[in-house]
Amino acid sequence: MASKRPEHQGPPDIFYNEEEARKYSQNTHIIDVQTKLSERAIELLNLPDEESCLVLDVGCGSGLSGEVLTDLGHQWVGLDISSSMLDVAQEREVEGDLVLGDIGYGMPFRAGAFDGAISISALQWLCQADKNYHNPIKRLYKFFSTLYSCLARGARAVLQFYPETPNQVDMITQQAMKAGFTGGLVVDYPNSTRAKKMFLCLFAGGQVQELPTGLTGEEGNEGVRTQARYDTERQRYRHLRGKSLKKSRTWILEKKDRWRNKGRDVRPDSKYTARRRPKPF
Amino acid sequence: MLTSNILKGVTKGFPLKIKAVKVENVSVDYNRDFVARILQRIEYGALQSAVKDLGLNESLPETMSDAMQQDDEFLKLMHKVLLEYEIEEGELICPETGRKFPISKGIPNMLLQETEVS
Repeated sequence: MASKRPEHQGPPDIFYNEEEARKYSQNTHIIDVQTKLSERAIELLNLPDEESCLVLDVGCGSGLSGEVLTDLGHQWVGLDISSSMLDVAQEREVEGDLVLGDIGYGMPFRAGAFDGAISISALQWLCQADKNYHNPIKRLYKFFSTLYSCLARGARAVLQFYPETPNQVDMITQQAMKAGFTGGLVVDYPNSTRAKKMFLCLFAGGQVQELPTGLTGEEGNEGVRTQARYDTERQRYRHLRGKSLKKSRTWILEKKDRWRNKGRDVRPDSKYTARRRPKPF
Repeated sequence: MLTSNILKGVTKGFPLKIKAVKVENVSVDYNRDFVARILQRIEYGALQSAVKDLGLNESLPETMSDAMQQDDEFLKLMHKVLLEYEIEEGELICPETGRKFPISKGIPNMLLQETEVS
């Protein structure tokens, strides 16, 4: 898996060439994932209701995240290093203004210009040193310090990223704190490898704000599932050391439960769950 | 146009001088609240010089007062100037260093060379 990470294949301005950029505008799965991430990021951004704000989109790419912002009635300015991605964004006629630039060199914006900032799957690129004079730590610091200054006081920045190692998370949060931000990491679906999503939720000054909590996949199901439900069954399979007989109803229910905890889409349990199909003639 | 008011040069260069080759006029839905909100953030002097740089046929008042920020006429004008003018091709010039940032297809290129980074 590690070698499949796009950061390893080349610098972002070269990796996101025309072909790769076109993928981003046509692949419905990518669009779906990006849109969901953006919606969650904007939710975490906690912008004032019913007000149109100016938001910075760091690593806007083809403007998928920007479209979500437009739908919610906000104005946005996007910054990206790949001109091909920005061309795609231009073709898609996104509402926001686009700027070509390298976030590792800092934000080219005036102080206090934005009400908030989002970034979807871009920050991990800063952890790579693509040129010999690149220093990830310095680039991160430059990014965070200039981001801090271009945000209005009390504004939030929500940055979703895919860290490769726990070290990267440390490095990123350390530099963010050094730049003056408060806040921290919000992790959605921490039990799952695939559905786990990291959001760095940063506050630029203002009064102390409470960090939002991550989703666990159990919202809305609360009270439906009870811990005691498996108690009797567990007795029956005691000889299996707590494990249920494979393909049995309890085994299936446990597996469904496990998947639900990982945040995957699982059909609700019913009396038909794990029932055998009728034998054909 | 809105972006030009918040973009700055490498270190301090602001406002960037605009040299436009092609300006397009797009229509954007008028949102009074947004314009009123964003006006508090706008550097009015920079906007005036930007309008002068572009040679736009808009007459902006000399100064902006608080009362004008509630005036619908003025807000509509601001909306037109800020959101509806789009520079398709041209250049942004840093007033301090003279560094030129080209604009192509409406996207300003703010990429820097290694030597320009402090």
